[in-house]
Parts: sequence; C-alpha cells; structure tokens
Amino acid sequence: MNRLADCFDTLRAKKRKALIPFITAGDPNPQITVPLMHALVAAGADVLELGVPFSDPMADGTVIQRASERAVAAGTRLHHVIDMVQEFRKTDDITPVVLMGYLNPVEIMGYAHFAQAAHHAGVDGVLTVDLPPEEASELVTLLRAHNLSAIFLIAPTTTPQRIQHIAAQAEGYLYYVSLKGVTGSANIDTDAVSKKLDEIRQYTELPLAVGFGIRDAVTARACAQISDAVIVGSALVQRLADCEPSEILSTSRSFIKELRDAMDSL
Amino acid sequence: MTINSLLSTPQSLPDAQGHFGRYGGRFVAETLMQPLEELQQAYDHYRSDAGFVAELDEDLQHYVGRPSPLYHAKRWSRILGGAQIYLKREDLNHTGAHKINSALGQALLAKRMGKSRIIAETGAGQHGVASATVAARLGLNCVVYMGSEDMKRQALNVYRMRLLGAEVRAVESGSKTLKDALNEAMRDWVSNVDNTFYIIGTVSGPHPYPAMVRDFQAIIGREAKQQLLTMEGRLPDALVACVGGGSNAMGLFYPFIGDKEVAMYGVEAAGKGIETGLHAAALCAGTTGVLHGNRTYLMSDEDGLVIETHSISAGLDYPGVGPEHAWLKDTGRAHYVAIKDDEALTAFHDLTRIEGIMPALESSHALAYCKKLAPTMRKDQIIIANLSGRGDKDIHTVATLEGMQF
Repeated sequence: MNRLADCFDTLRAKKRKALIPFITAGDPNPQITVPLMHALVAAGADVLELGVPFSDPMADGTVIQRASERAVAAGTRLHHVIDMVQEFRKTDDITPVVLMGYLNPVEIMGYAHFAQAAHHAGVDGVLTVDLPPEEASELVTLLRAHNLSAIFLIAPTTTPQRIQHIAAQAEGYLYYVSLKGVTGSANIDTDAVSKKLDEIRQYTELPLAVGFGIRDAVTARACAQISDAVIVGSALVQRLADCEPSEILSTSRSFIKELRDAMDSL
Repeated sequence: MTINSLLSTPQSLPDAQGHFGRYGGRFVAETLMQPLEELQQAYDHYRSDAGFVAELDEDLQHYVGRPSPLYHAKRWSRILGGAQIYLKREDLNHTGAHKINSALGQALLAKRMGKSRIIAETGAGQHGVASATVAARLGLNCVVYMGSEDMKRQALNVYRMRLLGAEVRAVESGSKTLKDALNEAMRDWVSNVDNTFYIIGTVSGPHPYPAMVRDFQAIIGREAKQQLLTMEGRLPDALVACVGGGSNAMGLFYPFIGDKEVAMYGVEAAGKGIETGLHAAALCAGTTGVLHGNRTYLMSDEDGLVIETHSISAGLDYPGVGPEHAWLKDTGRAHYVAIKDDEALTAFHDLTRIEGIMPALESSHALAYCKKLAPTMRKDQIIIANLSGRGDKDIHTVATLEGMQF
C-alpha cells in the first residue's frame, strides 16, 4: 500500500488539487495533535505534514520556530511524534502523513531504527529539511526498504542539473519552496512560481506541491491553479497560536475549509 | 617577513563534497545549495588568483599588522619548570584577535563576488567586531547577529560594532547564544542570497566554510613554524590552542599536520566540570551529529535536541566544533582536552601578572592546559600556544566574578 500515490491518483481522477496543512507535532501540547490531525482531514486536508520539533530550526521563520519551542517545552520528541502517527492510524488508514523536520534527531535515533519505527507507525513520507540528496543516499535506501517516500525540496535557486538529480531520487511529491527565504516569509510571486514549475515538469512526473508564503484563500487558490498541491504551514500555525487552546480544533477546521472551498472553486 | 597567504596551503582534505572522513559535508536546505556552490567556485578561483592573494597579503601586513610576534614567555616557562612556552601573539592583531584573518579574507572575496552586504554571527563579539571592521574598511553594509545573552556579557563589543557602522541584531530564540546567532544568520542569508555574503567566524558551517576559514587562518601556523625555525632552528614539540568552533586551533595546527613529531592539543571548555553537564566540550564529551550544515561532534541529548552549553568565555560557548577537528580526533592526530572555568581564570591572572599580557578568557583555556603540560616536559622542549585574543573585552566578566563593580 502506498497512501501517497493512491491519494494523488484519486485527486488526479477527480481533477482536484491536494491541500496539505503543516502543523508542528506537540504544539502547544502533545494531547491536541492527534485530534487536530483528524480535524484537518475532516475539514478537507488530503495529506498531513507533521513537523518534528527541533532545538535549532534553521530554515524556519519566527512562527514555526516558536511552535517548535512550545512543542519542545511541552516534552514532544521524535519518538512521541511517531507514536502520534500510530494513534492517528487507529481511525484513519487513508490519509497520508509526512514527517518534516531536521536531520539530527533522526541521526541520533539511528536511520534504521527510525525507518522501521516510522513505517510501523504508518508514516508515509519523510522530508528532512537539512538533508539534500547529495548526503541522503544512506537514509533514502533505508526509507525505501520500509516503503517510506523520501520527499525533497526544490528552490528558486535550484539549477536544471540539480532539478534532474533531485527528481531522480524523490518520491511521493516534490516540494517547491516558492521563495528565497524561511517559512512564513513575504508574499509569493505566482508568475515566477508558475515558470519554475513548468521547468521542473520537464524532468518529472511527480506531483508538484508549492509551499512557503501561502497565507490565505486567495494565495491558496492561485497556487492550486498552477501546481498539484498547496502546502500551508505558518499561516495555520499562527492562527492556532493566536486562539484559545479550547478553540484550536474549530479554528483549524474553519481555516482549512476556507482554503478547501477556494481551491475547489477553480 | 611575509608568508604567502594562500598559495602554499596544501589541499588533501576535504574531498570535493567537503568531507573530512565521515565529517563535514553540506547539510543545508535546498535554497542554499546553489549559493554554496557559487561560493566554492569563487573561492577555488580566487585562492589561486595572484591579484587576490596579493591584495590579501598587503592587507594582512599593513592593516592587520602581520606577522604577529612569536614571544618566548621565559619567566612563565621558568616558573612552570618544564618546556619553553612560546606565545603566538594573535592578540596583537588589529581588533585584538585572530578573527580578523578570516573576516578580511572573506570580505575581500565578497567584494570580488560583487556582494554589497555582509552578515556575520558572533559569540564573544570578536568575530562581529572583525567583520564590522573590514566592512567599514571596504564600504560594505554589515549586519551582525548576536544572542541577547551574549550581548549582555559583551556589551563593550556591541558598542564597538555599532561605532564601526554595523547593525547588531539581538537574537532571542533558543538559548540566545552563539548557536542561535548562527541559525539567525543562516535565515538572513537564505532570504537575501542575491546581494549578501555570509562571513562565518569559525571552521564550521557547510562546505566550503570549514576549509575556507581554515585556509585564511592557516597564516597563524605558517608564520609560527617559520618564526620558530628562525629563532630556534627547529619545530616545536607541541601546539596548544583553545577550541570552541576551532578556527584559531585549526589555523595553528594545519601547517603542522604533516609534521608527525609535533603533538597537537585542542583545549575545550569544561565549564563547571564535564561531570556537571555544564560545559561546551563537544569533542571530549559529545556524540556525532549534524548541526549548522555539517556532520561533526556535537552536544545533543538522547533525542537529538542540541544541548545548551556553558562556558565562562562566550567565544567557546558553542555546542558543535569544526568537522576537521572531529576528523583529527578520530584519526588520533590531535588530542582534545578540557579546562574548567576556574582553571582558565587562574591562567588569565597568571599570564597577566607574570608576563604582563592579559589574555582573552578563550585563550586562557589554552594557557591553563600549558600549565599542566609544560611541567611534564623537559626544559629543552618547546610548546607553541596560540594566544588567540586579548583580554580587554573580558575585564568586566572577570571583575564581576570577583565581586568588583564599576
């Protein structure tokens, strides 16, 4: 079973674009994460990206840094995040879940142990932000052996040669970083993104997801028009940070539904 | 005496991907891969460009004040009763530490690459001051990231940087120290890659930084070797240098790596003691991991989160270490030891009172190890210790520890 491939096949058949929310596991507390994952799916999410909290999130802007700090302070570690996916899988065996984080926690757990535990829990893909394909062969081999997709980033600075090299190793989908910056940066330039996506399509059949800089229904719709999937992280995490803990589920539901409706109105 | 600054640097390691054995490499988000490739190409080109090398040599001599003296600390050696200690006086460089060697080289490279803005991270403030200094000299915009905790400890250096025209940005994330300043500088770089050159202060970061910073700092070891040959007609028996990220140590060690009879000692910060957990001794007490773009020895916990470090000296308060040191440790070519806060403080006072030289608290760790090592050696043996910086910046810290208030 490959939930990611099945998910994108189904969406393609329905001519729908994937909505991929990102949340930091354990933010603001570990109890909320699994119910929040279910709420996101109920509101229209197709794939979930679950951030693994880290002490030094170098590629993240302030919003996700703070989320990571809250989650670390509340005690959430990589093995807890894997447990959360296992818990989620008890009642949802369809929605793909991708872990997104930094290499050191995986390195310390051990690649083989991590791949085995993640597969056993029902994780579908792994995106390690600070692990470019040049350094990834050992981990990718182990992920593949456990039916886990290695998801890679492509950036505005990525050259055509690198795009080919990355596409050759990637599975699941390619995550296009829409701007030069950290997560949650300024507004994106959809024309520039569209051009780059056309370039990437010359080298791959994988679904192309766009992330970084998608703030609201308008930008989600604009990105859905030119890509296969829209990833929303900081905008969601900020809304969850701004509301009362008791309102986290309802806030996330209404925001995701808003994005879903905008994307489906294409 | 001038010693050709870059052309004579041998290049066996790192490999083309920046690996020192299993360490080093390039562990960054995709957006930075191409800028790092560009940097590497520019560096590979200019390091053998006669015009660039001549400009760097000229500035090292007339602006930085090189060569720095190699000083025979006779009185202190006699008191310790063992090996003769020679101090490589990097404290006498312009801006008071070795940091300017690499900041100057990188800023000249930035200029050649057409970058109008430089950024830097700083812990003790010495690298920030050096970067702000060369930025002023070359007319470049300069932003320095500094942990808000370090800004309190090193208020004088913050003001120095501002006087030099740099913008100092306080970093409030994580432990609010050097590692967080490095994270924030990386975030700035990824957001402004088109016009910005990131001047990293130590032999860490993604390839090509560890090799490039080492090459710019290797002037220390090349001069020291030549100076001792001139003075004593022989090589030293041992080298001693403090290690935070490890740039002054790498600079001293590198030209001696092939001289197997020269022992090398890198001295880490044991803080309040390794057994207390309050230290910054990645090589002595850490495990291998990945942080700030390279695989190296690192202080991280059982879940892979980076541990907050402790040292009396802000410049050693860093959880990682340059990957080449990791390789030198594993191969056994260099030895790594750790010195506690109070031992460093005692050495600070010793050198000040016995030789009339006030060392930086970072360098005081190297001196404290000399105190242990020299008495175990014969009087005709020689230690070169890197006096990587001067202690003026630490007077406030020392005074506060001793109950003085200004």
